Amino acid sequence: MALSKLDNLYRQVILDHSSHPHHHGLLDGSTNQIEMNNPTCGDVIQLQLLVKAGVIEDLRFDGSGCSISTASASMMTDAVIGKKVEDALTLSEEFSQMVQGNEKEDLDELGDAAMLSGVAKFPARIKCATLAWKALDQALTEKQETTVAKQLHCED
Amino acid sequence: MTLDAAKIRKDFPILFQEVNDEPLVYLDNAATSQKPAAVLDALRHYYETDNANVHRGVHTLAERATADYEAAREKLRGFIQARSTKEILFTRGTTTGLNWVARSYGDANVNEGDEIVISYMEHHSNVIPWQQLAKRKKAILKYIELTPEGFLDVEDAKKKITAKTKIVSLTQASNVLGVVNPIREVAKFSHAAGAILVVDGEQSAPHMPIDVQTMDADFFAFSGHKMCGPTGIGVLYGKQSLLEEMEPIEFGGEMIDFVHLQDSTWKELPWKFEAGTPNIAGAITLGAAVDYLTAIGLEEIHQYETELVSYVLPKLQAIEGLTVYGPQETKQHTGVISFNLAGLHPHDLATALDMEGVAVRAGHHCAQPLLTYLGLSAACRASFYFYNTKDDADRLVAAILAAKEFFQHGSLEVR
Repeated sequence: MALSKLDNLYRQVILDHSSHPHHHGLLDGSTNQIEMNNPTCGDVIQLQLLVKAGVIEDLRFDGSGCSISTASASMMTDAVIGKKVEDALTLSEEFSQMVQGNEKEDLDELGDAAMLSGVAKFPARIKCATLAWKALDQALTEKQETTVAKQLHCED
Repeated sequence: MTLDAAKIRKDFPILFQEVNDEPLVYLDNAATSQKPAAVLDALRHYYETDNANVHRGVHTLAERATADYEAAREKLRGFIQARSTKEILFTRGTTTGLNWVARSYGDANVNEGDEIVISYMEHHSNVIPWQQLAKRKKAILKYIELTPEGFLDVEDAKKKITAKTKIVSLTQASNVLGVVNPIREVAKFSHAAGAILVVDGEQSAPHMPIDVQTMDADFFAFSGHKMCGPTGIGVLYGKQSLLEEMEPIEFGGEMIDFVHLQDSTWKELPWKFEAGTPNIAGAITLGAAVDYLTAIGLEEIHQYETELVSYVLPKLQAIEGLTVYGPQETKQHTGVISFNLAGLHPHDLATALDMEGVAVRAGHHCAQPLLTYLGLSAACRASFYFYNTKDDADRLVAAILAAKEFFQHGSLEVR
């Protein structure tokens, strides 16, 4: 059946993360927060970070999105909590390259997030996978309290 | 059925391809329609034999191009039953048409404290130009409610449209709910209140006979690409008496009468609105699309699409966990059907359908106020046109069932 092709995208571990996301729900005290949306599909993500001495001590997310964006956010929290800010930014770049099909050999640092490499074959869904990481990037590099950033425009 | 869709399909070369190893089922017609060979031939013919700039050369090609361009205007006039070709302005599409009305008529006629009335089911292109006009003029933008079934609440419209209302702007058919609005009735009480009625014809003109005089619209905007024509061309109809009074939005070549050092005068209608070299190929090709649609018959197309929706709607409603938005019956319904499957984000569903060769739209459909009104962040949308068949409808239903099975039971991958 044709839907077996979907296995390349919706691996079981992705479906698990999307139905039972990790670090979901918001923090009481956070140092950085951001809300970002993807106007093409209506997905919204809120990220809250607790950064101390250059280390991401905690990271939580909320919002509404498809299974790819939810799973990606969940996997991202697993990958970057406990990491230094600059290491998290490096991981973000690695993830971005991976979902565009520019895969490196060593993706161990990404953990479960490496399972999203199949997204590269579904160009329309790359932005679903990168939404959380883009939000993380901005939250770590911009100083303002809350930023609403947009990624795309719509066509019809 | 009234129309032989299986035969008509053969006019559309693009439909005969496989997508993700499955025969394509194209159900994204509310976003853009496909183009028949006759329209593609007209485009090629124009560039191969007649291409020249219009309204300026004295050579033979320029005369032919000008004659063809103006002949297209006449075809579009007939298509919507306008009184005169002076009332047919070529635009880039519906968005441009609505922006022109807001900028030109709106800026000249709307003042502080005046009201502009639209509805909750408008496309962003029929929301934002009025928001901006309201901001420029400190006017008030009001929204007509919908009934619980998803129809325009006509009683609420009567309340919202008052002596303060200068402009009412409504879609004739919703790009999300598929509902058709009673334009003629709204025109009556809008005019009685002293307001003009602007009609967004984007989702209606391709699918049903349009008579701007009978509906008594003051402006009517639509796009070519949703009615078998090319992208980048559309029409703004306006009543001649209103257009005569309006200032052009763009200035430059083609639209002038005399240019002096400090002032200029404009050409007569419709050319005073068409600054610069127009989309000549687009207009001529849209004329060919009008010929094609007219030969099939807009009434026949409308009836056929109603039959198709009557066929597929109950099958969709029968899928457990699937919610269809808007009217649940085929009365006042176009071929647009929006839905969601419980527990599955519309983007995931659309990807699954795409793997089955079925092209649908997922997202907010450029109607965020409507989706918010319905309490949704996104939805899937299947939209039918006259070249779709019952077989396409069956493929849609089967693909939804397969997607449901896939996501309920998880990946087929061996862990």
